[in-house]
Amino acid sequence: MKGNNEQDVVLLKGNEAIAKAAYRYGYDAFFGYPITPQSEVLETLAIDKPWETTGMVVLQAESEVASINMVYAAGASGKCSMTSSSSPGVALMQEGISFMAGCGIPGLIVSVGRGGPGLGTIQPGQADYNQAVYGGGNGDYHCIVLAPASVQEMADFMGLAKELMFKWRAVVIILSDGAIGQMMEKVVLPPYQPRRTDEEIRQQCPWATNGLGLPGRKSNIMTSLEMDAPAMEQLNLAMERKYAQIQQEEVRCECIETDDADYVVVAYGISARIAQSAVQRLRKEGVKVGMLRPITLWPFPEQQLQQLGAQCKAILTVEASQGQMVRDVRMAVEGRCPVHFYGRSGGMIPSPTEVYDKLRAIIQ
Amino acid sequence: MPELTINLKNMTEEIIISGFGGQGVLSMGKIIAYAGIMEDKQVSWMPAYGPEQRGGTANVTVIISDDTICSPILNEFDTAIVLNQPSLDRFEPLVKPGGTIIYDSYGIITPPRRADVTVYCINAMEEAAKMSNAKVFNMLLLGGLLKVRPIATVDDVVRGLRKALPERHHNLIPMNEEAVRRGMDIIRKMN
Repeated sequence: MKGNNEQDVVLLKGNEAIAKAAYRYGYDAFFGYPITPQSEVLETLAIDKPWETTGMVVLQAESEVASINMVYAAGASGKCSMTSSSSPGVALMQEGISFMAGCGIPGLIVSVGRGGPGLGTIQPGQADYNQAVYGGGNGDYHCIVLAPASVQEMADFMGLAKELMFKWRAVVIILSDGAIGQMMEKVVLPPYQPRRTDEEIRQQCPWATNGLGLPGRKSNIMTSLEMDAPAMEQLNLAMERKYAQIQQEEVRCECIETDDADYVVVAYGISARIAQSAVQRLRKEGVKVGMLRPITLWPFPEQQLQQLGAQCKAILTVEASQGQMVRDVRMAVEGRCPVHFYGRSGGMIPSPTEVYDKLRAIIQ
Repeated sequence: MPELTINLKNMTEEIIISGFGGQGVLSMGKIIAYAGIMEDKQVSWMPAYGPEQRGGTANVTVIISDDTICSPILNEFDTAIVLNQPSLDRFEPLVKPGGTIIYDSYGIITPPRRADVTVYCINAMEEAAKMSNAKVFNMLLLGGLLKVRPIATVDDVVRGLRKALPERHHNLIPMNEEAVRRGMDIIRKMN
């Protein structure tokens, strides 16, 4: 394995940062299928050949359905595994995600959004908020959804995702977009962490179906099928208790100049970057405007928004969609102040000037 | 032409480079970003990655700044480098008043008309042909840019290239440096 001597600043695309962070954080496996605008994840792994250094498995599966089921299996055996795709590809994975959630299997899906619905466009989009946060799979389940807004966060959240998926036995989704995936920025990559040994997995994942049980341990069975409805309800209730705990402990958001704000913009990912330009411009003009950037889309920063709703005159939600997160913002604010929306969709993204003009219109 | 001085500190330069796919537009943007890193600045490089990269026009937005970069996607620019007519038609109106347009006359039928921006012409295509090396085209342009908007030094570019290129290509750096310097000589102000 290479040493930790590559810690200097490099210029990378968001997708490249995901790939390089994966093997540096000691992920065991990647299974995926190419799709614009995330193909550089698999490409970078193919170029860097981590199987020769860390032993990480990298496999181009025959489809997205195969990819997610490989992640399902690897996760069931206690391995840290991932896939990446874009909107229509992630749509194909929903069954597998629901099954993983039902079994409590850790895994990561990196979703680099493009314009939809259907095949849509290949340009950046954020119209998969509902897909990630509310799930396209069946049943009462949640995935932990992280929303990076920079190339550095693309790298950093790979480490956070690994931590969270095992801490909670949960599916983690990094919900990005074509802009953050394709753009290049300075990034400092994490130092190499060794992959877990079989012994460490035995200790840390006693639930895993890895054929490596402690002596006397019963066989572990991974299934989301339960023929007995009362027993299934108990499983659902146990999951709900876990989700309530995640909502207590794992909310993350960034508040920028919100302390004295009369107006607050709520945006994530690329829209947060764009909106921040408009916020800065208005601050220079003397308007007390701030921004709340949810970092976890689920669990959602409800309390922070409740407080801001009581404090400010109006909130503007900006998304590269026709308005999906805005419903969660309205539910959190509960009518304490008006919640406006501005969005572009289909691969078009809001411009800094458009957001500025919308804010100006709200302020007057 | 009098030497331009731009304060290298506390600056932000928002650049669009636009031309045909294959002209080295994206690579040139990357070299500017690397040169910015050498000056310890914040940088962002945002390509149009759609059908453009499969032929037709390609463009990239590069921002070099001493501040944190908010939006990597812009609807107005300090400087536009345009290499064909569709690019000029699209981006001429989006240059901020007082900004800069650089064009290569080879790809331009109707030159820029705006009087509130400074317009420069660089015959980089012609010069690359004279040098019998089409590949240095974008480095000639880069030289022209650095002459009129000194956002980084030639030394930054060379150090950036050393960092960006695999070692087996380092023998090409002197040729590229020469092209940058040549580009600085041949750019001329048009208004």
